[in-house]
Amino acid sequence: MDWVNAVVQGTLLGGLYALFAAGLSLIFGVMRLVNIAHGDLIVLGAYLGLTVVMATGLHPLLALVFVVPTMAAIGYVLQRGILNKTLGDDILPPLLVTFGLSVILQNLFLEGYTADPQKMNAGALETASVSVGGLSLGVLPLLTFGIAIFVIASLQFIFYRTPLGRSFRAVSDNQEIAQLMGLNKRHIFGLAMALALAVTAIAGILLGIRTSFDPTAGGARLIYGFEAVIIGGLGNLWGTLVGGVILGVAQTVGAKIDPGWQLLAGHIAFLVVLAIRPNGLFPRVSG
Amino acid sequence: MCAAPFYLKVQMSPILQINGLNKAFGAVTVADDLSFALQQGEALGVIGPNGAGKTTMFNLITGTLAPDKGAILFKGENVTKHSAARRCRAGMARSFQVPQPFSGMSVFENAMVAATQSSGLSGQVAEQLCLDVLDQTALLNKANTLAGSLTLLDRKRLELTRALCAKPKLLMLDEIAGGLTESECTSLIQTIKDIHASGVSIIWIEHVVHALLAVVDRLIVIDFGSKIAEGAPKEIMASPEVQEIYLGIEVDA
Repeated sequence: MDWVNAVVQGTLLGGLYALFAAGLSLIFGVMRLVNIAHGDLIVLGAYLGLTVVMATGLHPLLALVFVVPTMAAIGYVLQRGILNKTLGDDILPPLLVTFGLSVILQNLFLEGYTADPQKMNAGALETASVSVGGLSLGVLPLLTFGIAIFVIASLQFIFYRTPLGRSFRAVSDNQEIAQLMGLNKRHIFGLAMALALAVTAIAGILLGIRTSFDPTAGGARLIYGFEAVIIGGLGNLWGTLVGGVILGVAQTVGAKIDPGWQLLAGHIAFLVVLAIRPNGLFPRVSG
Repeated sequence: MCAAPFYLKVQMSPILQINGLNKAFGAVTVADDLSFALQQGEALGVIGPNGAGKTTMFNLITGTLAPDKGAILFKGENVTKHSAARRCRAGMARSFQVPQPFSGMSVFENAMVAATQSSGLSGQVAEQLCLDVLDQTALLNKANTLAGSLTLLDRKRLELTRALCAKPKLLMLDEIAGGLTESECTSLIQTIKDIHASGVSIIWIEHVVHALLAVVDRLIVIDFGSKIAEGAPKEIMASPEVQEIYLGIEVDA
């Protein structure tokens, strides 16, 4: 039963990892931008949530109402102000610039919030649990997993059922032709980054409720995000959820074997997938 | 007070005016002091040998390439500094010699991108426009096919479809008849004639001369990036310079 429990808890944890990864996947899918600062942007979401909670006394989940639009606005401005200028035939400039952004963000966190680990207090939600078939499942992990499914279903809907998604796919398919069809590439990229950071805001707040975070917490989240994206297959949003779940299960099962194995097991699972299926488990079929 | 010179009368309402365009890639000049005007509702044919700079001219007009010198006036407005997207929304659309569909999207979605982005339509109006155009270009039965899996002819039709869904005032066609069979070509000519009759101004680059002559009102000849002849199609085709440069027939043969 302990093993079943580890797998179930890992699956739920995978929902959080999928949320880390969804924004990363979206940005890469639309504009082929590898965002090294993604982990720090998740932590930015958490700090913004913390600020709202401290200033207003709201429940952290309600803080989403402020943090999601704020992060989306930051995303649009960031993309139009800086990142658009780095995009081109060379893949190095966006890597360097987002790496620099990562350093800047970490130091701003340090300056603004000190190096002490912080955590958002979600009250009874943190310890609430339901009993299912002999397993005790935390309400927060269940909620996180539910939100992950909802977010990915929403992104899927936006991508394949709305004019905005059609614009994303057109720009992703052929930038030059998309512009000749009247699409403003810079604006579309701005909207993609806004959407990605809106998702990142949700991930950041859920992270900040689940565990403590500090200015340097972004790096590990970036790695989890990358691993989930690559396990699931680039450009496949549902694959990203599966990737997150595989990563989460590997970590909890690894921890079950030996607590010291938690992170290592996750990375090993990633390396195994990379060795066997270099394109991920569910690569997007290309046209 | 003397009357306005002849050329001013002729150019009273040009939809497109090209003034002294220059473009060079290193030592290779692809546009050399290129100037011409296209009247509202006119169909202009462009001929010239391969590598003469015809497609480059389209790139300059649509804004994917910036000229080194010169100006492009569209509907009386100087658009030389405007982005390709903005020119498209103002009413320019083109097809590509080598079809460039959004290969990961369906034929209908390809059309919808043009209809929603450049015509600014939405919802059912946009969908209806796409269906009408797809019907006109004989692609309706392939509306749900992935664009990347189309045959060459259908890709060319898709190029035309997308350009038309942008509801252009100026339509630029780049060798759209190349590689088609005789009957396909005949139906294409009819389609383009219909488009022209609906008031759309057309610039058509084409090597299939009989297709071109069936539609255009005027012809210009381009070689080494500059305009070497301009006038009524029959006269141009009959002129010895054109026959030599373009068709490879020697003057004194």
